[in-house]
Amino acid sequence: MTIVYEDHDDEAATDIPVRRIKFRINGKKMGAEVEPRLLLAHLIRRGLGLTGTHMGCDTTNCGACTVLVDGRAVKSCTMLAVQADGHEISTVEGLATASELHPLQEGFKEEHGLQCGFCTPGMMMAAKALLEENPDPTEEDVRWALSGNLCRCTGYQNIVKSVLWAAEKLRS
Amino acid sequence: MYPSRFRYEAPRSLDEAISLMHNGGDYVKVLAGGQSLVPLMKLRFASPELIVDINNVPGLAYHRTDPDGSLHIGALCRHADLERSDLLKTTQPTMASAAPVIADPIVRNRGTLVGSLCHADPQGDWASVVLALGGAVLARGPRGTRAIPLADFVTGPFQNVLDPDEIVVEAVIPAARGIRSGGYLKLERRVGDFATVGVAVAVETIGENVTRAGIALTGVGGSTIGATAAADALVGRPLTAQSIGQAADLAAEVARPRTDHRGSAEYKRHMVRTFVQRILSRAEAAQERAA
Repeated sequence: MTIVYEDHDDEAATDIPVRRIKFRINGKKMGAEVEPRLLLAHLIRRGLGLTGTHMGCDTTNCGACTVLVDGRAVKSCTMLAVQADGHEISTVEGLATASELHPLQEGFKEEHGLQCGFCTPGMMMAAKALLEENPDPTEEDVRWALSGNLCRCTGYQNIVKSVLWAAEKLRS
Repeated sequence: MYPSRFRYEAPRSLDEAISLMHNGGDYVKVLAGGQSLVPLMKLRFASPELIVDINNVPGLAYHRTDPDGSLHIGALCRHADLERSDLLKTTQPTMASAAPVIADPIVRNRGTLVGSLCHADPQGDWASVVLALGGAVLARGPRGTRAIPLADFVTGPFQNVLDPDEIVVEAVIPAARGIRSGGYLKLERRVGDFATVGVAVAVETIGENVTRAGIALTGVGGSTIGATAAADALVGRPLTAQSIGQAADLAAEVARPRTDHRGSAEYKRHMVRTFVQRILSRAEAAQERAA
């Protein structure tokens, strides 16, 4: 995997530390050579071309970059790509199958859980982690689990409804 | 945003980690949860030469009670582990009430209590909790292991007494001699914001009388503040409206809040008083119900 970037540093190319890592992304086994300072979000977006994971604030606040690492929701702008070595990453691209949407995606469609859509992938991944731990959440549980994800459009009402919709669909 | 360039090692044992720290040059940082360190590196407030990532070191993710009743929290125990812990819910009321209000749920999946203590942010919640409980950290380095009471560990904003080649392997909360009560209250503008004001109260009672008390304050000074006079005012007598009021006043007195976008100094001081009063009044009511 190659990540091309603008060079603003004086170091010789041979002085740049590079690590080789292996990981799974959405079930697929991958390998990469990364500089230790590369963020997981950049590996996902630029290295793997999976641009469904969004970069919002870049300061660990907004949760748009949320992915699952070994099933736990993580802000991928606040984890180094090298730390993915040996781990399983899930992104929003892994939700749908070739033929059908994931119930969370259906829920966001049915309940109009998005307007601009920027926060949506992070919301869905945080919600996925919640529903795997707690398949029958209350509205309060959903609000609590999504409290690390910011949405500037919707006022959250429909996002919460969407997740509850998905929870019900997944249970039935 | 990218951190500046650094070398990265991910050792598989503590000894290897300590050796890397010892030989690693002038500016080495331990990476555990990374929820404070990585943002600091991205903003270039921190530009370490070497990162020693301890996430692959086995056996550090625990929290457990030893036979002597002391609680031990390993360097890789995440906030989320503590939030879901039945052990904390049944034996550590102050810690159990703090765990769900650290940062936000996603950050809690990765961040660690020990990392929070080492980071020594004046607005960090755990430092107040551990200080109120009379806790310590266990630091290991090439010269051996030493216990450092939290009261001596944090020396100022983002400063602690660790040697450059020492790693905190666990935090230790001493055994209770009486029945524990208390709590942690945090005023924040929204989930994930730093505390406008945080107050940790830990009380132990035998019979009616308070035998040990600790009160510590978050976000109202240049570092975590131990309100020792306020805590001392509670000891040796039952919790009463009078002793609670006295402790609340004394705690408000030692707060050193500054007016900023989160509120005026006067408001923050008032909230310290209110929070101490609220936590202790709840403890008093719970004791009355139990009696």
